Amino acid sequence: MTTDVNLLLAVSGMLFALGLVGVIVRRNLLVMLMFLELMLNGVLLSLAVFTHLLGAEAGAVLMFLVFTVAAAEIAIAVPIILLLVRSGRTLDPTAYSGLKG
Amino acid sequence: MNGMLTILVLLPLAGFLLNGLLGRRLGPAFVNVVGIGLPTLAFLTALWAWRTLEAGGGAPIIETVFTWAVIGEYVFEVSFYLDRLSAVMALIVTGVGALIHLYSIGYMKGDESYARYFAYLNLFLFFMLLLVLGRSLLVLFVGWEGVGLASYLLIGFWFQDVAKARAGRKAFITNRVGDAGFLLGMFLIFTAVGTLEMDLINEAFAGGLIPVGIATAAGILLFIGATGKSAQIPLHVWLPDAMAGPTPVSALIHAATMVTAGVYLIARLSGVYLEAPAASTLIAVIGVLTAFLAATIALVQTDIKKVLAYSTISQLGFMFLALGVGAYGVAVFHLFTHAFFKAALFLGAGSVIHALKGEQDIRRMGGLARRIPWTFATFLIATAAIAGLPPLAGFFSKDEILWFALASGQGGAVWLWALGSLTALLTALYMFRLLWLVFLGTSRMEPETERHVHESPISMTGVLVVLAVFSVVAGWFALPHYLEPLLPLPELQPERAGLHMAQIIFAVMLALLGLLAASWLYREGGKPADLLWQNLQRLHRVLLGRYFVDELYDRGLQRPWRWVSDRVFLRLGDRVLLDGSLHGLAALARRGAEMFGRIQSGSLHWYAWMTLFGIAAVLIWVWRYV
Amino acid sequence: MSEAMALNLLLFLPVLGGIVLLALPERRADLVRGLSMVVLSAQLLLAAWLYFQFEAGVPGLQFETRIPWIAAWGVHYHIGLDGLNLLLVLLSAFLGPLVVAGAFTSITKDVKLFHGMVLFLQFTMLGTFLAQDLFLFYLFWEAMLIPMFLIIGVWGGERRIYATLKFFLYTAFGSILMLAAVIYLAFTVLTQDGSPSFAFTDLYDLGFAVEVQLLLLAAFALSFAIKVPMVPLHTWLPDAHVEAPTAGSVILAGVLLKMGTYGFLKLGFPLFPDAAQIATPLIMTLAVVSIIYGAGLALVQDDIKKIIAYSSVSHLGYVMLGLVSYNLLGVQGAIIQMVSHGLVAGGLFLMVGMIYERCHSRDLAAYGGLAKLLPVYSVFFMILTLAAIGLPTTSGFTGEFLVLLGAFHAAWPQFEAGATYPLVLVSVAVLGIVLGALYMLRLARRLLFGEARAPEAEGGTLRDLGLREKAILAALVAAVFYIGLFPNDFLQKTEQAVIEYQERVWPARAGEGGQ
Repeated sequence: MTTDVNLLLAVSGMLFALGLVGVIVRRNLLVMLMFLELMLNGVLLSLAVFTHLLGAEAGAVLMFLVFTVAAAEIAIAVPIILLLVRSGRTLDPTAYSGLKG
Repeated sequence: MNGMLTILVLLPLAGFLLNGLLGRRLGPAFVNVVGIGLPTLAFLTALWAWRTLEAGGGAPIIETVFTWAVIGEYVFEVSFYLDRLSAVMALIVTGVGALIHLYSIGYMKGDESYARYFAYLNLFLFFMLLLVLGRSLLVLFVGWEGVGLASYLLIGFWFQDVAKARAGRKAFITNRVGDAGFLLGMFLIFTAVGTLEMDLINEAFAGGLIPVGIATAAGILLFIGATGKSAQIPLHVWLPDAMAGPTPVSALIHAATMVTAGVYLIARLSGVYLEAPAASTLIAVIGVLTAFLAATIALVQTDIKKVLAYSTISQLGFMFLALGVGAYGVAVFHLFTHAFFKAALFLGAGSVIHALKGEQDIRRMGGLARRIPWTFATFLIATAAIAGLPPLAGFFSKDEILWFALASGQGGAVWLWALGSLTALLTALYMFRLLWLVFLGTSRMEPETERHVHESPISMTGVLVVLAVFSVVAGWFALPHYLEPLLPLPELQPERAGLHMAQIIFAVMLALLGLLAASWLYREGGKPADLLWQNLQRLHRVLLGRYFVDELYDRGLQRPWRWVSDRVFLRLGDRVLLDGSLHGLAALARRGAEMFGRIQSGSLHWYAWMTLFGIAAVLIWVWRYV
Repeated sequence: MSEAMALNLLLFLPVLGGIVLLALPERRADLVRGLSMVVLSAQLLLAAWLYFQFEAGVPGLQFETRIPWIAAWGVHYHIGLDGLNLLLVLLSAFLGPLVVAGAFTSITKDVKLFHGMVLFLQFTMLGTFLAQDLFLFYLFWEAMLIPMFLIIGVWGGERRIYATLKFFLYTAFGSILMLAAVIYLAFTVLTQDGSPSFAFTDLYDLGFAVEVQLLLLAAFALSFAIKVPMVPLHTWLPDAHVEAPTAGSVILAGVLLKMGTYGFLKLGFPLFPDAAQIATPLIMTLAVVSIIYGAGLALVQDDIKKIIAYSSVSHLGYVMLGLVSYNLLGVQGAIIQMVSHGLVAGGLFLMVGMIYERCHSRDLAAYGGLAKLLPVYSVFFMILTLAAIGLPTTSGFTGEFLVLLGAFHAAWPQFEAGATYPLVLVSVAVLGIVLGALYMLRLARRLLFGEARAPEAEGGTLRDLGLREKAILAALVAAVFYIGLFPNDFLQKTEQAVIEYQERVWPARAGEGGQ
């Protein structure tokens, strides 16, 4: 069991790291968004692992909540990007650094 | 009868309200009826009150009007107190007041603010009656500040002239300095005695239960108040400037009544001062110094009203001299006689100014005696009275003052007497100088002015005649004796008791000497005097500069205070230290925010790197420390 | 209707009025004004009725309402009248209609919002005065900031953003510290009594160690002192006043500043009596410094509003001086002085607004001889000036006289025991009356006297006061003279509460003199 847990946690960490590296290296907003999701999934996996380990039902509920939020997030983020692209004609995030406020 | 004193006080207030609210609309006839009628009624009421008082054998009449405030065990009541002292004062105030109201009809005729003038004058009478009839120091203080207000309003009556408005303000502020002293004295007495009723205060102090230190401190503090109101050194500077007001006002407020309030206050609280010899000595010294210095300044003034103003300060100094040596009744006696002859002098001066269409410089007068004979005759009598020629009023009262300055067992001293006598000589000198320069000799008037010279209407000369008559007979009434049950005269020093006759003869000779000197120095328009002054140029300059007290106050008090307010409080305090540090903090916050804001570059990759660094830092920290 | 009900109605009338106001169309400015006028007048009548029902000499609160609100925290909706807030409630209710009447012609932008804010402000101010539960008090205290912030920020002058920000930062800063102290108090009650409570009466009985009291008093005092304002925390006031519209200035000077002194009176000193005793010399010093400093600054200003703003600093210094005398004379005087200042400063600000409406300038140098141009205006201005100076027969005298007498009365025994410092301070405060006359008469002289001139006076003529303006000022002046001549009725109704105050804070001083 412990090896499973360690393995799963390692996978979760790798997923997260992979996502982060992707966000850093890629220059495409949509792809970056995907890597972002990857990071989120990595974290979620660790949440699932610990929920299972501790037998806490609240964790499962939280997981579903986060799923839903993530879905909503994507549902909003993609249109935003589409709108951006419509005005800026590019998917390169550096073109939109003026949005920092 | 109950309510008598209340009616007396309220009559002029009604006059003020009627004239102030309706006078403008209803015209001068209405103003006259109200403005003259109510003070006259007040005078009759005062007479009636006096008769009632005498019918009761002089036992004080107390009338409580209402309770102003009750705070714990302390009760502050508005009540009136009539004894012989306040009766005399009320009679002077209403009597002279009514006469001057009458005189004002002619003097102020045609002024565009005619109604306002009479409203103020009535307001003054109201507060003055409050002052003299109040039983408690609180009511007296209400009147005290109130007359100050009326004085302020009347000095600045022609408010479009900035100098006049300024003079009014100066009077008010100077008086306020005195009032601060008055308040502190009042607080001290209240703390020591537990009441502000003046009869009870006198009793408490006479009972000897109050330490001398408190009596002295309270005495001095109240005297500071008196120096403000009665224009004694060092707060005398406002009175000459106060001459900016209409002349009848100068006569009523700044000669006959209001300025004597300080004398009244100290006489009223004689119980306190009898327990405070040090304070009394201070009063005598300040009094005699004021009398002397003001008389010297009066010698060189060229404005007819300013001469009289300094003369008033000087005469008030005499009264304080009397108060300081314990002769309270005598001070009130001089106050009484002074009210008549000084009012006559001021109104006479007003008549002169009226005749000359506003000319006030005595260097451009002369030879008026034949042109305005009534004014001249009354002015002559009043001048002789103030100079102390027998058997006129001033002779009696001033002689008594000098006598007690010499022989009183409560601080009579040779030097007080000597300086007082010298001042009496100067008084005769500067008054006859005025008489000579204005009425005698040859005319130095502008031809244009000269053609228009005319005697004043009967409403003015009539008043002058009445006042002149009183200037003669007022001294025949032995006021100190009348007040003696209330204000006992001091014991005489036994070794000087027999000198009274000699002192009288000496005083008369001094007055005559003054007359002769004036007639010699100021013949031919004052040429001999000019020669004399040329030899004493430095003294002349000091006197003309009025000892530079105004300049001293300006440089020593007013300007530094403005400087501190402007530079220290406003520029340094508010702008630099307070707002400066506030703005400094704000700038600090802004700059800090700008610095941190630079991290937020807008580049998503940079943010991702930041996340990486953050995770790395957390991991390292966890590995090292957990 | 019972009195307690009436008191609740008094508090919530502006809210009810506000709800009706929402329904009114934006364009009908006349209806909006009329409604506010009716609501606030009704409130005044109610307040006056309650004043007459209020019984003198009865200990504790009257017309109390106490309903559990947030039971878990022990918070109650708890309001009531006592001698300390009675006159201030009356003053707020009195100024309300005058403010609305004064804004009839001067506010033309967003009329509906403006009157909504005035009603909201009135609600929060009365709530602050009436609250007898610290939670409720804090709530109202903070809520008060919002409408004031908007009134200055929306209808203010050119530098209104700066002024509002400064005003907000100052007061919010003080409030945060007070909040910390409030939380601490609440926890202490919880640990000591086992159940939470915010009731003033429960808090009065907490016996803290002196060091703790000092810290807590400091937190409360900072918040209150900013509101008063006491030097050196005053610099927000002139800016706020100058930029605020007339109505804002009137409420600010008339009522809002009294929150600070009321806070000291009701909470600051009674909650932490030992600390208050220790801090007395410091507070006295600051009070006297405020008197002198404010008077000095008022003398060198050329903006009429600034002069009056700084005079407020000076006048509230007297209030503080009276509060820390801890005897009946001084504290009663302080309460009267609060009311008097509300009337006088409020009136002066109204009058500045009236002249500003005509000439569009507040620069003293631009004016002269208004006594000639606007005689009626000048009479009223002179009366209010004299009341500000503290001339006898006006309310200013009653307040200042009692304050100074009380302060002297408290200082003298100390002087006899060898401590000169308090007496020196009182003497300086007495000299303050000279300085007060100096700047007020300068204002009157430059404005009213001298050669007649005023900006934008077409053909040398200006319209003198209209009936509405005369009525407003006549009401104020009548109140000023009433308190000057017959203060006894007021004093009787406040006396019992003041006795309780002094016994709570400094029982030893309560014994000596003045009670």
